[in-house]
Amino acid sequence: MEKRVVFRSAWLPYALVAPQIAITLVFFFWPAAQAVWYSLHLQDAFGLKVQFVGLANFATLFKDSNYLASFKVTALFSVLVAFFGIAISLLLATMADRVLRGAMAYKTLLIWPYAVAPAVAGVLWAFIFAPSIGILTYILKGWGVDWNWIIKGDQAMLLVVIAAVWKQISYNFLFFLAGLQSIPKSLIEAAAIDGASPFRRFWTIVFPLLSPTTFFLLVVNIVYAFFDTFGVIDATTQGGPGQSTNILVYKVYHDGVKAADLGGSSAQSVILMFIVIVLTVAQFRFIERKVQY
Amino acid sequence: MVENRPWLTFLSHSVLMLGVLAVAFPLYVTFIASTHTLEAIMQAPMPLVPGDQLVENFTQVLTAGSTKGSKAAGATMLVNSLVMALAIPLGKITISVISAFAIVYFRFPLRMFFFWMIFVTLMLPVEVRIIPTFKVIADLGMLNTYAGLTVPLIASATATFLFRQFFMTVPDELAEAARVDGAGPLRFFWDVLLPLSKTTMAALFVIQFIYGWNQYLWPLLITTDESMYTTVIGIKRMIVGGDAANEWNLIMATAILAMLPPALVVMLMQKWFVKGLVETEK
Repeated sequence: MEKRVVFRSAWLPYALVAPQIAITLVFFFWPAAQAVWYSLHLQDAFGLKVQFVGLANFATLFKDSNYLASFKVTALFSVLVAFFGIAISLLLATMADRVLRGAMAYKTLLIWPYAVAPAVAGVLWAFIFAPSIGILTYILKGWGVDWNWIIKGDQAMLLVVIAAVWKQISYNFLFFLAGLQSIPKSLIEAAAIDGASPFRRFWTIVFPLLSPTTFFLLVVNIVYAFFDTFGVIDATTQGGPGQSTNILVYKVYHDGVKAADLGGSSAQSVILMFIVIVLTVAQFRFIERKVQY
Repeated sequence: MVENRPWLTFLSHSVLMLGVLAVAFPLYVTFIASTHTLEAIMQAPMPLVPGDQLVENFTQVLTAGSTKGSKAAGATMLVNSLVMALAIPLGKITISVISAFAIVYFRFPLRMFFFWMIFVTLMLPVEVRIIPTFKVIADLGMLNTYAGLTVPLIASATATFLFRQFFMTVPDELAEAARVDGAGPLRFFWDVLLPLSKTTMAALFVIQFIYGWNQYLWPLLITTDESMYTTVIGIKRMIVGGDAANEWNLIMATAILAMLPPALVVMLMQKWFVKGLVETEK
């Protein structure tokens, strides 16, 4: 798509794009190039000597059992977050689309967690589930569950998944609600006249028609689980106990900032960049083709 | 509704109420915790009705922070958060709207090259270039400054696309008429295009306000000085160790401060918020 009517000026367009391009170059391209450069070099502990090592940093990474474990943790985490986030919000959106009374109030009361920072969401749930004083810990204890996410890996994972899903439901809910409201009512009515039950109508008509929204949300939720949940992890488990919630983004941060392993952390950054590129391409293909039925 | 099924309507309301309760539960516990003394919260189970320490707790965090962890005053942190939440959307909107204008309304060498350069930034979130970006900021002497907190975050591919998309829908006749009347590109931009873009800007502003307010990794990296902490960072810095070591009443009071402004923006500007959310993702 191009404009037919354009203006002419030898310098103005350059001046207009200059601020954006300058920031992009200084804070995006230059650091990204440096990440690639560092990932191919080995630095001694004092940062005095730098040596070109080719792909050795990558080779070390893929032999590192901690790194491979972090991949598995990230995969599990993002699948859980995406699945529960999408399932719960689809249920709520379907119900909200049905009710006539109070629909606006429900919507308002369901969307506000979008405004909560992931780190704050993490702190809230960490408090509720705190091993000695948490209110839900107390209830779980009454049921005979020994809850202590500080030493139990699977419970730590559950905690960060709950916090991440809780924050993301509002976003998914809004998109599902918009999707549901754009489905022509005549289709549903026709099926109802033919005697299809609400349950049947949902699975044979509504759900397939929502598939573009669902696919879009799937990609968005995976991106969210990969990157935006850094705050949830850092404010609660910090990757622990052991490696049980050490997702890739947290590991890059930990290895680079806390352990000061420049080469290894940069190699991880480069791998993450690759993952982002794949996810972005998936997202854009969706926008172009809108998923056909 | 297609047909009347009372039990299904009842079920819908039940599910929704359950959802609303589950979503609100953490907020309720947070609020309760912020109204008690630390001793009261430390008993299991903690009380579930408001206590009488609300004013004391909020006064403490607003003026002096916690006593064990970060001592940054809540009032300062709220100002820092507000600076981020305002500077990022304003900066983003400004540089995106002018670069979209250049790309849509001019033909010039390297136009597509610039367009792709902006596009590629989508694939380079802060999270994947943590250390080198930190180094750039350190080299430029921008650690612990407002400029360091905001400038690197205002480049935006999504905002540029959004304005580009919108400009493409503006009828060519408007630009033609402006030209016939002797208006230059800047005059056209200021008097015609900007007024037309108001709703897009408002929607973008609401989304980016929340984005700016809730920034975490970036301020975590570049603020070491307590006077530069944002509210979200402050909460994290108040957590000093295990359960019993933390002053949960103060942490929860700060959490309320951190949640209130963006939550109000979402609920009061719901229309812009929904519009912004749906459009920035397209």
